[in-house]
Amino acid sequence: MTEILDFLREPFSLEFMQRGLIAAVLVSIVAAVVGSFVVLKGMAFVGDALPHASFGGVAVAFVIGANLQLGAAIGALLSALAIGFIARRGLVRYDTAIGIIFLASFALGILLVSRQRSYTVDLFSFVFGSVLAVTWNDVWIILAVSLGILLFVGLFYKEMLFTAYDPTMAAATGIPVAAMQYGLLALIGLTVAVALQVLGIVLVLAMLVAPPATAQLLTRSLPAMMAVGAVVGVLSSIAGLFIAWHADVSASAAIVLVATGFFALALALSPRQGILAKLRQPITDEDEAEFTNGRDPAEAGHTTG
Amino acid sequence: MSNAAVEVAGLWAGYNRHTALRDVSFTIEPGCLAGLVGPNGSGKSTLMKVMLGLHQSWRGAVRIFDKDGKEYKGRIGYTPQFELIDWAFPVTAYDVVLMGRYGKLGLVRRPTKRDHEIAMQALERVGMADRRQRGIGELSGGEQRRVLVARALAQESDLLLFDEPLAGVDATAQHDLLRLLEELRVDGQTLFVATHDLSCVAANFDHVVLLNRSVVAFGRAEEVFTEELLSKTFQRHLLVLPGEDRTFVGP
Ligand SMILES: Nc1ncnc2c1ncn2[C@@H]1O[C@H](COP(=O)(O)OP(=O)(O)OP(=O)(O)O)[C@@H](O)[C@H]1O
Ligand SMILES: [Mg+2]
Repeated sequence: MTEILDFLREPFSLEFMQRGLIAAVLVSIVAAVVGSFVVLKGMAFVGDALPHASFGGVAVAFVIGANLQLGAAIGALLSALAIGFIARRGLVRYDTAIGIIFLASFALGILLVSRQRSYTVDLFSFVFGSVLAVTWNDVWIILAVSLGILLFVGLFYKEMLFTAYDPTMAAATGIPVAAMQYGLLALIGLTVAVALQVLGIVLVLAMLVAPPATAQLLTRSLPAMMAVGAVVGVLSSIAGLFIAWHADVSASAAIVLVATGFFALALALSPRQGILAKLRQPITDEDEAEFTNGRDPAEAGHTTG
Repeated sequence: MSNAAVEVAGLWAGYNRHTALRDVSFTIEPGCLAGLVGPNGSGKSTLMKVMLGLHQSWRGAVRIFDKDGKEYKGRIGYTPQFELIDWAFPVTAYDVVLMGRYGKLGLVRRPTKRDHEIAMQALERVGMADRRQRGIGELSGGEQRRVLVARALAQESDLLLFDEPLAGVDATAQHDLLRLLEELRVDGQTLFVATHDLSCVAANFDHVVLLNRSVVAFGRAEEVFTEELLSKTFQRHLLVLPGEDRTFVGP
């Protein structure tokens, strides 16, 4: 018994593992909250573009010898606002605007880095994530930014919900839709910036998308989707770090694989849309009732026509 | 000085260089059920968006209850065209109706008990109170329209704009919705309803604006629903068949 407990506790008895765990847990909570909007609004491309675009900021910071984390944040934020700005002009499609901005920024990053004699480990940690290398200082920054993001969503929840659900109507009733759309892009940018260190450019998108998508299969309201998404994200972080420790594999990859595993599980077991649920009940009583109530358009038209 | 509910004068609007509305003028009297009838692409939605302050006009004026349209921004009840709505979004019918209150609340502030009461009354008014906890995507087409109407009612406005509320629902649901609109008119609301579907609505409107980029005609329904004017609006020959309580129009 004690052996099993030790086995479970062992990875997290070390300080760098604890720091990594705290960072990963914080990031997965904000990623689930902000990612719920990403999933519902079909903004996965933004979620993929911003981490890449942040690389431009990282490279600039690297060249001028500034803080890389700050460079990443500024790169992600500026790109987010530029995407919003170009898309709002309506001259090019939204996804075109995203593609141009992120490739420009990413190319700038590559250009700058290609001039450097030695690529340091620092730069690579942005590409692949380095959750086990976070310092207490990083943890405090992640905590502060996370609280800021959650506070914004808490304060403007009603405006964000309405804008996401029905922007035309929201604008018609006087909600500042443009500000909310920029706000959401900025929140995604900030989330990406704090998640980068834990997950790396390539894997950030997974935590923005997989936990909320899992939650969407299991819930029917936005707050519930955010909460369940956060739980899935936190469980993935714990399990991922645990696996990474014992199997000596990349922590960010392990976290993402556990999260996508949860998604696959939900897809199979979801009470409403689940694959198993569909196999088990070909025609339910409810379907029958609906049919005989005349909801079928052909039926209804016939009875009144 | 006029006592019209809506007064549109010399309105021009469009997108980039494309003109969607040319020199549109008409008035709507208070307390009537007015139709905005025209084919696809005739500028109905654009006109409504200009009236709501969602789209900038190039020229002309919109006056609402004798005030400049801009003063009325955020205070006109509205249901957008059906296709624009995200039915997969995880919100209940009740959540959607409560959104009608959001604009009035102001930033950051949460809905009060009073807002919940108003949302509930609006749901009762459209006969959806019992299904309020259903997800919006789990409702039938007719029920979804009712929820949108309830949201417009929750805005507590004297003027309601409905963009194609009848499109794509079966005959029973269309009939029920029209009856609901008539009840609202009896309550003293002014309603302006856009539609391109002439099959069963002709006799339900008091006043009609026939639109195809510019106003083809406007006035009392009996005067406007003539073969000549309708054919001109829809750019093809239409046959008008006077029925008992409805006028059927066919190609
Ligand atoms: N966002 C837009 N950008 C460019 N052109 C537009 C836009 N929205 C509408 N249009 C054009 O303006 C004209 C009027 O469109 P509008 O949507 O107002 O017509 P409608 O009468 O509501 O049509 P429908 O019956 O199909 O809803 C059309 O020619 C349309 O192509
Ligand atoms: Mg339209």
